[in-house]
Amino acid sequence: MRSGTSLGRVRGLGSSKEGAHHWWQQRLTAGSNFLLMLWLVVSIARQPAFDYASMRFWLSSAWVALPMTLLILSVFWHFRMGLQVVIEDYQHDESRVVALVLLNFFVVALGATAIFSILRIAFGAAA
Amino acid sequence: MASRNPARPLSPHLTIWRWGPHMLVSILHRATGSGMATVGAMLLVWFLAALAGGADSYATFVDTFTVESGGLNVLGYIVGVGLTLSLFQHMMTGIRHLVLDTGAGFELRTNKLGALATMLASVMLTALFWLYLGIK
Ligand code: HEM
Ligand code: HEM
Repeated sequence: MRSGTSLGRVRGLGSSKEGAHHWWQQRLTAGSNFLLMLWLVVSIARQPAFDYASMRFWLSSAWVALPMTLLILSVFWHFRMGLQVVIEDYQHDESRVVALVLLNFFVVALGATAIFSILRIAFGAAA
Repeated sequence: MASRNPARPLSPHLTIWRWGPHMLVSILHRATGSGMATVGAMLLVWFLAALAGGADSYATFVDTFTVESGGLNVLGYIVGVGLTLSLFQHMMTGIRHLVLDTGAGFELRTNKLGALATMLASVMLTALFWLYLGIK
């Protein structure tokens, strides 16, 4: 990129045209997180026991596996955008790019593991 | 940025301002969100993967946070209370964010009371959650 003053380097580029979309999706997932996390907290509080058999039985129900999958999608998307903002606030130059790439790897790898685990239990595969 | 002039004055930053509840909950929202997104997310996924992996891997997960008799150990309490408190704090400041987004609640008094209310609510909800778990 051209050097020059900060203003000179960005003049004429316009915005990245992503801000409002990002902002709105953060709000949308805030709403779905609210409902899904309330569901999770209440479900955990009402759990009779936390041993292996009880938890497998609990998560194998479609009424648990489905909201749990939705929760992973909603929460992971929400914090993928949230952490992006945090990174952009504190990291500059190359380290910002590295951090954002790592963030995407983290979210996709962890999210895929979570959903695979839920489905594996829900579809009744033996451990 | 290559040609940023380090001698340029900065806008007045964190150190110069008097702390108030609104600053505290703002930074708490960020800290709890980031904490849940890293520590919380990894623990949730560990739980799910351990449960899917079978009785042995689930036992490893459970043993990390409990004592022989089945109750939580010190780490279990730190992580458990820490994550529930973080969730409720972030949930309350998150709702406050959505209210502020409508343009409401910016009068000094209302703003301060709203910020204090999020912290009161999160502590009460956390206490309620653990009391319910303990006595049910
Ligand atoms: C329980 C319901 C939740 C609500 C109502 C909520 C609400 C919000 C809102 C409105 C924002 C935007 C704040 C801003 O624009 O400055 C936000 C940011 C964020 N949220 Fe949530 N959230 C919830 C759950 C979660 C969960 C479960 C996680 C993590 C696992 C999370 C992680 C984050 C992160 C990392 C940010 C960015 C923080 C920042 O920029 O300072 N949130 N949340
Ligand atoms: C100890 C003092 C402060 C702390 C801990 C702090 C912390 C934060 C945090 C965590 C955020 C992002 C979360 C959010 O959007 O709610 C934020 C956003 C922001 N802060 Fe601060 N801040 C402080 C003081 C100030 C001061 C004195 C100013 C202005 C003179 C300021 C201006 C802003 C602005 C403009 C934003 C962006 C708001 C938005 O995008 O919604 N902050 N601050």
